[in-house]
Amino acid sequence: MLRKILPAALVAACAAGLSPSAIAQTEIQWWHSMGGALGEALNELATKFNESQKEYKVVPSYKGSYPESMTAAIAAFRAGQAPHILQVFEVGTATMMAAKGAVKPVYQLMKEQGEPFDPKAYLPVVTGYYSDLQGNMLSLPFNSSTALLYIDRNKFRAAKIPPVPPKTWKELIAVAEKLKAAGQDCVYTSGWPSWVHIENFSAWHNLPIGTKQNGMGGLDAVFTFNSPTHVKHIQMLADMAKRGLFTYAGRTNQADAKFQSGECAMATISAGALGGTIKAGKTDWQLSFLPYHDDVPGAPQNSIIGGASLWVMSGRKPEEYKGVARFFAFLSRPEVQMEWHIKTGYVPITQAAYELTKKSGFYDKNPGRDTAVLQLTHKPPTENSKGLRFGNFVQGRTIIEEELEAAFAGKKSAKAALDDAVRRGNELLRQFEAANR
Amino acid sequence: MEKRVVFRSAWLPYLLVAPQLAITIVFFFWPASQAVWYSFQLQDAFGLRTQFVGLQNFYTLFKDPNYLASFRTTAIFSVAVAGIGITLSLLLAVMADRVVRGAVVYKTLLIWPYAVAAAVAGVLYAFMFAPSIGIVTFWLKGFGIHWNWVIDGDQAMLLVIMAAVWNQISYNFLFFLAGLQSIPKSLIEAAAIDGAGPSRRFWTIVFPLLSPTAFFLLVVNVVYAFFGTFGIIDAITQGGPAQSTQILVYKVYHDGVKAADLGGSSAQSVILMAIVIALTVVQFRFIERKVQY
Repeated sequence: MLRKILPAALVAACAAGLSPSAIAQTEIQWWHSMGGALGEALNELATKFNESQKEYKVVPSYKGSYPESMTAAIAAFRAGQAPHILQVFEVGTATMMAAKGAVKPVYQLMKEQGEPFDPKAYLPVVTGYYSDLQGNMLSLPFNSSTALLYIDRNKFRAAKIPPVPPKTWKELIAVAEKLKAAGQDCVYTSGWPSWVHIENFSAWHNLPIGTKQNGMGGLDAVFTFNSPTHVKHIQMLADMAKRGLFTYAGRTNQADAKFQSGECAMATISAGALGGTIKAGKTDWQLSFLPYHDDVPGAPQNSIIGGASLWVMSGRKPEEYKGVARFFAFLSRPEVQMEWHIKTGYVPITQAAYELTKKSGFYDKNPGRDTAVLQLTHKPPTENSKGLRFGNFVQGRTIIEEELEAAFAGKKSAKAALDDAVRRGNELLRQFEAANR
Repeated sequence: MEKRVVFRSAWLPYLLVAPQLAITIVFFFWPASQAVWYSFQLQDAFGLRTQFVGLQNFYTLFKDPNYLASFRTTAIFSVAVAGIGITLSLLLAVMADRVVRGAVVYKTLLIWPYAVAAAVAGVLYAFMFAPSIGIVTFWLKGFGIHWNWVIDGDQAMLLVIMAAVWNQISYNFLFFLAGLQSIPKSLIEAAAIDGAGPSRRFWTIVFPLLSPTAFFLLVVNVVYAFFGTFGIIDAITQGGPAQSTQILVYKVYHDGVKAADLGGSSAQSVILMAIVIALTVVQFRFIERKVQY
């Protein structure tokens, strides 16, 4: 019986393998975490590249959320089946950088394959986030956003307040009090508490999150985000929460819906939430820079990015890497980036793409869509504001969020919460240092 | 009175249990031994560098007050889920057993929730009790209750307990109902004729006869609360806010799968394994003695 089936199966397998497209093309596996409309935009990029040439075929596969696809890739790597390209979120950067031998640095790939690649083409905050100290870019920036303040002007008008976004936290509180007095239930909410109120807050006020240039200078960095200014800020939010001026929404993007549905009058959420805000159509939204504390010298500085970059996994054949390099060169083209920026709401990550979008008249027709770029490039980035790189930061962020929740719920003082977060975070950093010695 | 079947052949009994043994070894013992092995190691995420660190992972865990707090959370959660789940389903089973008209409808409705997967149950509760848009939140507002489990740890705990109990009630209900139906009616009738009231009949006849079922359910429910509720926690709170619903198994998942810390996560699994083994032994040694078969 088996003897009869086996040849038949072999013939079938060969027939499948010999289909014309499979002979001619080298397949490039691209694992990503872009669901919904973002996934469609990403697939379009791959299709466009595939149509532009015949040798390579980029095959995108959605592998779930950022941590999920990273875990899937780690498991695949351990089994010797890693994809060529992996989209990794910003907090996984340190893990990927430390995994020498598992990844192929992008600058090296592009040099080997003779494809043009200029790190200076990218916005400085973008380059800084994904480069080593020598300025070599290790991954290809792909989707970047930053945190912005959104206001719903309808709510302002209903409370008889001029519909202008507050510039400082003092102004925001004053506005919040008036909105509350006018009967607005949810006045202000925020997404991504660690990203907005620790990471971006620090960069925006030119304060270090940790030593060693926010961890970029070595694995022996320690967290320092329990400075008096940080404590003051978190305590302010906790007090606002107590007075009903700040509604905590959750650790990820739950605040997006709260703003988009018209429940909350103000929100500090990702620039990437704009698409959904427009689609929902329930607010008279306006974007502006994150508020700052005007008594902090040097503030506002510039904010930092969130989002993800593309990593190249090691252990593949040279001709396949040729295809990856060609694809990356394609992705770096200004018109491709402009399209991605306009379709998704992510930031244009190269200067050229930004200029091109500006020239196209897009920002004139869509005021506010360049707020994120302007905030990211508000001043040339300092050591404190070019990004961060901490090991085990997936857990690190969870710890920060747990402690912030304790502060917002009034279970701990802001000082105690931040001290605990720093202490627990440092233990993780030491563990990462030991594991990657 | 014990009946024993004796096999004549020396190898036949082994052959017959071999499939079960193979499954147990491949899917239980092998992964468990892997977890024990990993728990003594420190690895980077990609497994490129592995060091043997002895008990370091365990030392780190027990030094961490937050990990110790997770034990307390797990204890509260498990006792509540098993306790409320068993009590409530016993009550429902006794009620359903007495219903004469439309009994099938009642029973079917009570068994329904069991068909709902834990993650789906979690999502359902998360929606119904969502802080701003949930229908229950809206009703509670009418009573002047401010419901926001996203920041209020006690409310979050209450919510995951509710969802976990709801999801498990049907299972317990089925077993209690079957247990109730196997109690000879003549016993109860005899007691009734002797003048015992309904509550007396329940406590002196029905409950002791149900004790094997109750004991079985206790073991199953504790294991459920420890492991099976993972989907509910993941769908609703992800352990938050501020770790107030972080039960041990959820932390194992978070550290191992999301944060790629295999050593620490394995050490936690080993501890969890030890706890569940210990609990089961205690249950069988001490509680089973009080059970009347």
